[in-house]
Amino acid sequence: MVRTAGEIRFDAQQIAGRPTEDIVRLGIAHVPEGRGTFTQLTVEENLRLGAYARRDTGALARDFARIYDYFPVLGERRRQIAGSLSGGEQQMLAVARALMLRPRLLLLDEPSLGLAPLVVREIFRIVRAINREERVSVLLVEQNVATALDLADHAYLLETGRVVVSGPSAELRRDDAIRRSYLGY
Amino acid sequence: MEIFLQQVVSGLATGGIYGSVALALVMIYQATDVVNFAQGEMAMFSTYLAWSMLNAGVPYWAAFFATLAVAFVCGVVIERVVIRPVENAPVLTIVIVCIGLLVILNSVAGWIYSYIQKPFPSPFPEKPITIGNIFFGAHDLGALGVTLLVLLLLYVFFRYTTLGLAMRAAAQNPVSSRLCGIRVGWMLALGWGLAALVGAVAGLMIAPIVFLDPTMMSGILIYAFASATLGGFTSPGGAVLGGLLVGVIENLVGTYVKFIGTELKLTVALAMILVVLLVRPSGLFGRVAVHRV
Repeated sequence: MVRTAGEIRFDAQQIAGRPTEDIVRLGIAHVPEGRGTFTQLTVEENLRLGAYARRDTGALARDFARIYDYFPVLGERRRQIAGSLSGGEQQMLAVARALMLRPRLLLLDEPSLGLAPLVVREIFRIVRAINREERVSVLLVEQNVATALDLADHAYLLETGRVVVSGPSAELRRDDAIRRSYLGY
Repeated sequence: MEIFLQQVVSGLATGGIYGSVALALVMIYQATDVVNFAQGEMAMFSTYLAWSMLNAGVPYWAAFFATLAVAFVCGVVIERVVIRPVENAPVLTIVIVCIGLLVILNSVAGWIYSYIQKPFPSPFPEKPITIGNIFFGAHDLGALGVTLLVLLLLYVFFRYTTLGLAMRAAAQNPVSSRLCGIRVGWMLALGWGLAALVGAVAGLMIAPIVFLDPTMMSGILIYAFASATLGGFTSPGGAVLGGLLVGVIENLVGTYVKFIGTELKLTVALAMILVVLLVRPSGLFGRVAVHRV
């Protein structure tokens, strides 16, 4: 994407135009749409890569334990090639890989894409727990409006790239126009 | 039977050499998806550097490791300066750049060192080892050992170190690697550096057998391609094993199929490339990428 106007700041620092590798080192973890799994590496290797930019490698063992606590299925399959996981498991792996950075901000791009409703619910439950328990800020982009509003504290509604409504999620949920157009009741 | 065994043994000896060049090819292919046609000439040039040092009175092993260090740095520099600008260009462009590099390195070596063949010393004793009636050349055995040692070190590096893991990741999925904070460009340059180093080892082991001259690698590179294709371009271990197989097959076919003899040996290598590509394109140990979506 080409920046045409405005700026992007994180923690009072200008980050637009900086190399991705440097932005990651500020503590921003990005779970891309399509998950970005290293399909030929094992689950454990994927997670090790998530922690690549960290300097405090001493705490890694504890973080692996914590991740396998959130995602028991990843613990069971840690020696398996990541490409052999199901779509839902790969999405969990993508979130887990991002958490291995111990980020201050977690960016999630359409985590529900192509997943069964039950799996989506499970992933959102974990994201909520991470947000509350680990005190990680989450920026979620999601077309699944009802689920997103349930999870978020604050929401922005974008139409063709422009913010048309923004406010606390509870307020957006009550907005008649949004309810009719996006929530379907 | 004795002739057969002797041919197998000397096939393994030359095969080890094909395998070590194939290993360097696979390294770059794995790290950057580029088939480096200049690999042989890079190895040849490194060997000339070692020759210069030896002529200046540097002890063999000092010259050996100094050459590896220089080769590594040159590999990194070549990637940064020559390959980087065409990184995102179509494969054909990169192939042409590599062939250009091949021709340049070849001519520069000829210009500096002349095209006259030079003897190159082996670090191993001259006396062959005999078991029963079969001769093992000490240099052949030593070279094979060195190749296997290099393979083992690479395996440990890629399998168990974080840097090795990051290099594998960068090769497979550059976009995700950046999102993990990996400096992908440098990983690719490191891949070229390592391949140049492995190539230099191969050059230093080959030169005592074929003599040192600017074209010493041209035939060997074709055997190396056959080895890497046979073993699988995605498998370092397969490349070395492929090299051993190519060496043995080449020798046996040359001995027992009368019309091939020594003149048509190189054709055997090309025929093997063709057959593997037709029957099993991923090679014996190569991986076919499988994705689940």
